[in-house]
Amino acid sequence: MTGTSAILPERGLADRLSTLFWRRPKLLLLLLISPPLLWLGIVYLGSLAALLLQSFYSIDEFSGVVKEEFTLKTYGELFRAANMDIIIRTLVMSATVTITSAFVAFPIAYYAARYARGRWKAVFYLGIMLPLWSSYLVKVYAWKLILAKEGIITWAAEGIGAGFLLDAVLSLPWVGGNSLSTSFIGTWLVFVYVWMPFMILPMQASLERVPLSMLEASADLGASRRQTFRTVVLPLAMPGVIAGSIFTFSLTMGDYIIPQIVGTSARFIGQAVYQFQGTAGNIPLAAAFAMVPILIMLVYLALAKRGGAFDAL
Amino acid sequence: MHSEARASTGLKIGAVAGLLFLHLPILLIFLYAFTTEERTYQFPPPGLTTEWFAVAWHREDIWPPLYLSLKVAAVSTALAMILGTLIAAAMARSRFFGREQIALLIILPIALPGVITGMSLRSAFAVMDIPFSTFTIVLGHATFCIVIVYNNAVARFRRLSGAVFEASADLGANGFQTLRYVLLPNLGSALLAGGMLAFALSFDEVIVTTFTAGQQSTLPIWMLNELVRPRQRPVTNVVAIVVFATTFVPILLAYYLTRGGSETAGGGK
Repeated sequence: MTGTSAILPERGLADRLSTLFWRRPKLLLLLLISPPLLWLGIVYLGSLAALLLQSFYSIDEFSGVVKEEFTLKTYGELFRAANMDIIIRTLVMSATVTITSAFVAFPIAYYAARYARGRWKAVFYLGIMLPLWSSYLVKVYAWKLILAKEGIITWAAEGIGAGFLLDAVLSLPWVGGNSLSTSFIGTWLVFVYVWMPFMILPMQASLERVPLSMLEASADLGASRRQTFRTVVLPLAMPGVIAGSIFTFSLTMGDYIIPQIVGTSARFIGQAVYQFQGTAGNIPLAAAFAMVPILIMLVYLALAKRGGAFDAL
Repeated sequence: MHSEARASTGLKIGAVAGLLFLHLPILLIFLYAFTTEERTYQFPPPGLTTEWFAVAWHREDIWPPLYLSLKVAAVSTALAMILGTLIAAAMARSRFFGREQIALLIILPIALPGVITGMSLRSAFAVMDIPFSTFTIVLGHATFCIVIVYNNAVARFRRLSGAVFEASADLGANGFQTLRYVLLPNLGSALLAGGMLAFALSFDEVIVTTFTAGQQSTLPIWMLNELVRPRQRPVTNVVAIVVFATTFVPILLAYYLTRGGSETAGGGK
């Protein structure tokens, strides 16, 4: 085998390109990254910029035509009493949903992280993942069926003789209503149901990282189960709870389908955005309303970062 | 010993009750598809029938939205798989300036509420006078599907050892041969899982779609209209079962494709 070089001869374009990419990895990187970056940059960031731009336009009250001039008038409209009500209502609901979700999600996350082994680990994983991914509208629809006046909850409450309890809950001021499906309680339940799974995974991840040795140390030092939980497990799990709360809070704040299907006629931010851009044709005000969740989430994320939530993601 | 190996009863009850809370409501959808009562959500159903499946089959207004949803999901998934894989390849193997910001940009479309993505696209269409079409729906869907494919692909890239690429090169393969015979076979199941999750997400999406569809109707939009103004309620249940199955099956398959790895699909919705 004389005359054969250790370096193979090039066999055409593919080889030459391979060599080029090997010598200049930056070039390959650029080729790989530019199509997706162009897409996200133009379609997504471009749209966000358009949103910001539209929010500084205003609508002519007489003709209903959008005036394409810079103004803060549209933002000023957000401070009208009716619009402030919408914003505050949305924030209170998001906070309530987030807190409830934390309480419902914690036992599931804790059990899945500490005790579920083998088959049960898989059961828990799928048990959390399937509701998380399964159809949003189907889930909302299921609750429409459950909460309806003639539905299963009324039937069950009357069956066990607790009909008066249901009536008492529905006659509560503000949160009550004609039936569960036309009350804030109903809206709140569906929000918790739909967005709570998003809290379990970050919680579970941070609970899994709590070292067993610390629990043993705590027990060796004479702490009871409860003390260990309160002084060791909970503080270490907090970043996960905060990380999860980002999702439940943000998703509740932006949702406009659930309050439209289950709830009162009082509007939430998402509904306001949807109605202003649609039937009202007031895109600037819709855009200004959409900026509210963005700003709130920026503040929320900054606070969450301080709480160490990003290490738990 | 306090560092208990067994869960307390209270915790067990809480965990099981939580899981039941997550799963039982869906079952009602199935039950109500068979009810004989079409005007209310009466429980228990006064009678059971299978006629609604036939009725739904012959309803002319269901098929076009179904086709549109399938078309949008297929095109968006294809786009997202290409773009998501490319960016995963770039992000997994190198460190460069602005990497953190790009990672943020990728997750932003699903981190921010859908109403913002939707309203942003709507504003952009208004600014540029773009008329609503299938294309405008796909623009939105592909954007939030990229992150799904990316999450699955990047996890697999990280697990792949660089040694296999070096071995391939040592054996005389060029970059394209390595891609064809080494990289893609290793990446395959993760991409498939990501693609299926993206398909499920797109097929079911309603929040962004209402802003980008104009007068067109995807299957979730059809369902939403039925929820607001119900006609034959059990027919909506039949469609709900179809939507549920179309999203449920890919999710389950994605789980089995990536099971056992550190990067089981679905962690990053």
